[in-house]
Amino acid sequence: MSALKKVSSNPHVRSKVTTTSIMLAVIISLLPATGFGIYNFGWQRTVPILIVTIGSCVLTEYIYEKALKKRVTVGDLSAVVTGLLLALNLPPTAPLWMCVIGGVFAILVVKMLFGGIGQNFMNPALGARCFLLISFTSLMTNFEVDGFTGATPLAALKAGETVNVYNMVIGKCAGTIGETSMVAIVIGACFLILTGIIDLRIPGTYIASFVIFVGLFGGKGFDASFLSAHLAGGGLMLGAFFMATDYVTRPITRNGQYVFGILLGILTGIFRIFGASAEGVSYAIIIGNLLVPLIEKITYPKSFGKGMEKSA
Amino acid sequence: MKEARERLLNGLIKENPTFVLMLGMCPTLAVTTSAINGLGMGLTTTAVLVLSNVLISMLRKVIPDKVRIPAFIVIIASFVTMVQLLLQGFIPFLYDALGIYIPLIVVNCIILGRAECYASKNPVIPSLFDGLGMGLGFSVALTMIGAVRELLGAGEVFGVHVMPAGYVPVSIFVLAPGAFFVLACLTAIQNVVKIRGEKKGKDMSKIQSGCNGNCSGCGEIGCGSRSVEKKEGGEE
Repeated sequence: MSALKKVSSNPHVRSKVTTTSIMLAVIISLLPATGFGIYNFGWQRTVPILIVTIGSCVLTEYIYEKALKKRVTVGDLSAVVTGLLLALNLPPTAPLWMCVIGGVFAILVVKMLFGGIGQNFMNPALGARCFLLISFTSLMTNFEVDGFTGATPLAALKAGETVNVYNMVIGKCAGTIGETSMVAIVIGACFLILTGIIDLRIPGTYIASFVIFVGLFGGKGFDASFLSAHLAGGGLMLGAFFMATDYVTRPITRNGQYVFGILLGILTGIFRIFGASAEGVSYAIIIGNLLVPLIEKITYPKSFGKGMEKSA
Repeated sequence: MKEARERLLNGLIKENPTFVLMLGMCPTLAVTTSAINGLGMGLTTTAVLVLSNVLISMLRKVIPDKVRIPAFIVIIASFVTMVQLLLQGFIPFLYDALGIYIPLIVVNCIILGRAECYASKNPVIPSLFDGLGMGLGFSVALTMIGAVRELLGAGEVFGVHVMPAGYVPVSIFVLAPGAFFVLACLTAIQNVVKIRGEKKGKDMSKIQSGCNGNCSGCGEIGCGSRSVEKKEGGEE
């Protein structure tokens, strides 16, 4: 046995997919929605919000890791994705200091304090959005930009007014920067699905269960225009494709992902129809995130040969 | 007098009921929406704590061991009722602000904890100072939390506007989540001070919680199990 072959430890086959490449793909897929937001609300308002939010996220992560002498993980672009998602969830009237508070809260409190990338228990962008929504309710729900009336289509829908579904699908309506255009979001989502970065398990079950819930309890039955207004309105599409599918805060088991999607659909339906405010996607996803460990626990697959009943 | 000072310091810093022992979290989180509410709650609790500690210490040889908890609760509840009626009569605005949390002082674990751990085993005068120290420690903690929450959430401290005119209040701090944020940050600051001091080699035994080997004057909960662990670790 003199000719010992050198055998390295596994893994032997490495995928080319890295955190950076996934994050880059997510950024690319968010570009249509971002671009439409800039076109829709004017670059003078939206571009500073985007830059400041992303900048504060990246800078917070950098400073925190430098200060604690940890490896700097800014290069993996996850902070950029968090910043971009947060900016897309802010109204176009958001003051810039609020963007900074949101960015710092998302990275510092929700992400870094719980251990950095891969350890956060809830989506940082949504955590920060809810923090801002509770702290500065009037600023966060001020959608009055030139050319648009104050109320979002969902708020109008809740008040019993009729809405123009065509404009909602295209995105010519009031709302946060990135949520208005269903078309732009779905284009980006298709890119993510085709590249295999996300699959339809969570978004599919989320949207389907939401439609069924609204059909049953929305008070209008399965009325096509009512349902499509609920689908196109608010942050449902952005949340279903980009937030609920976040690798860190979704269940890892296949069945768990179905449970997660259905849970989100029902929660969003409850918040939108029975809740006090018109929108409920952010809170639904955050509550879903908190329940992920429990969902994983009950859906964890049994090892081969272990699942049988004990024979006497 | 030395013992009295030691008891006061113990309650205020070394075993601060809020920041070190983490007792009485329910009123801590619920009523500290403003500095004045925190102070009011703290002083109300202090009054009950001192009176109940003194009475329980006096009766410590009379109360049978088996029924001591019900007996303590009867004593505490009587004092709470008295304090509640006094507040309702003389400081109605505080009575309205604290609401349900005044009767809930009966089940505040600081009071029952001090009765069980200290007053039922020690003479009257040390028990009085123990209650006073713990109560003041609780008051200071609640006032601090309340002040920070009021400052960030409303731009005021004790109702006086202190923030610059352009400041937009971060209203989450006067809501429930803010209580958790502020409590966690203040506790973290305390721990940082203690750890830094120890690293620099200062004598932190006066403000550091922990066993000094003298179990008779110590009311720390869970100490027994920890000291056993230490001994086992030492033998290895």
